[in-house]
Amino acid sequence: MIGLEHYLIVAATLFVIGIFGIFLNRKNVIILLMSIELMLLAVNINLVAFSAYLGDITGQVFTLFVLTVAAAEAAIGLAILVCFFRNRGTIDVEDVNVMKG
Amino acid sequence: MTPVVLTFYLFAIACIAGGLFTVISRNPVHSVLWLILSFLSAAGLFVLLGAEFVAMLLIIVYVGAVAVLFLFVVMMLDVDFAELKAEMARYMPLALLIGVVILMQLAMAFGVWTTADGVAMADRPDAVAGLGDHNTDALGRVLYDKYFLLFQLAGLILLVAMVGAIVLTLRHRTYVKRQDVLAQMYRDPAKAMELKDIKPGQGL
Repeated sequence: MIGLEHYLIVAATLFVIGIFGIFLNRKNVIILLMSIELMLLAVNINLVAFSAYLGDITGQVFTLFVLTVAAAEAAIGLAILVCFFRNRGTIDVEDVNVMKG
Repeated sequence: MTPVVLTFYLFAIACIAGGLFTVISRNPVHSVLWLILSFLSAAGLFVLLGAEFVAMLLIIVYVGAVAVLFLFVVMMLDVDFAELKAEMARYMPLALLIGVVILMQLAMAFGVWTTADGVAMADRPDAVAGLGDHNTDALGRVLYDKYFLLFQLAGLILLVAMVGAIVLTLRHRTYVKRQDVLAQMYRDPAKAMELKDIKPGQGL
């Protein structure tokens, strides 16, 4: 029988993989954005699992909002990335130092 | 081992493997494809939990929109990814350390976790919660009623994101000739043409 704990373990593992990816790909902004998406997915799994096992639909409603924010964040992030690539010709995060002064 | 348990482990392993290969893959196109596998498996997990609507939304929004957006950007940008990946080995020990530490912290939090008094944890998932006939019905009853303001605000967030993305990426090229509708409408025969009286046998 699959319990709540199984889903929580999957979500926790996915979240840690997301953080791992952020530290591993310190230069590649595209993979950084994908890692953030993975972490948001882990949060979604947590919300839906608790919603299902507590018999409370609110968790799924908030999953919808997390999904909305994730989509908006991906769109804006990739737009900034395209803009940055046009100006600098690279997507290396360490080159983002124009405002350093 | 019942089919439900087997399906759960299949989706869970595919989800985690997809996430892992997303972050360690050398080619970003492969990363996006692994990310899509992870999203699809998560949608499968949601179906197992009974949350069909969220599962289908995950496929439509994440796989259909976000992942394709990533794929477009990865393929449009002409980046030397091998150079970016070259330093991955340098960050590996730090990344592993932080990952293991956070995993241990989550495990410790999980070890002492108990439900509050008066909260009944069900044995099996119930994604309808007695609100309607099925999951979509139940979700709609709550979303369009209790959380209507948040729903509208979510739409506003999407609108702002759309406008922002367009403004950020729109380029005005100076060398492209465009149609100027007002200039066309303000033209009249007096300004646009000139009548000349030409004598027979002579040119202008």
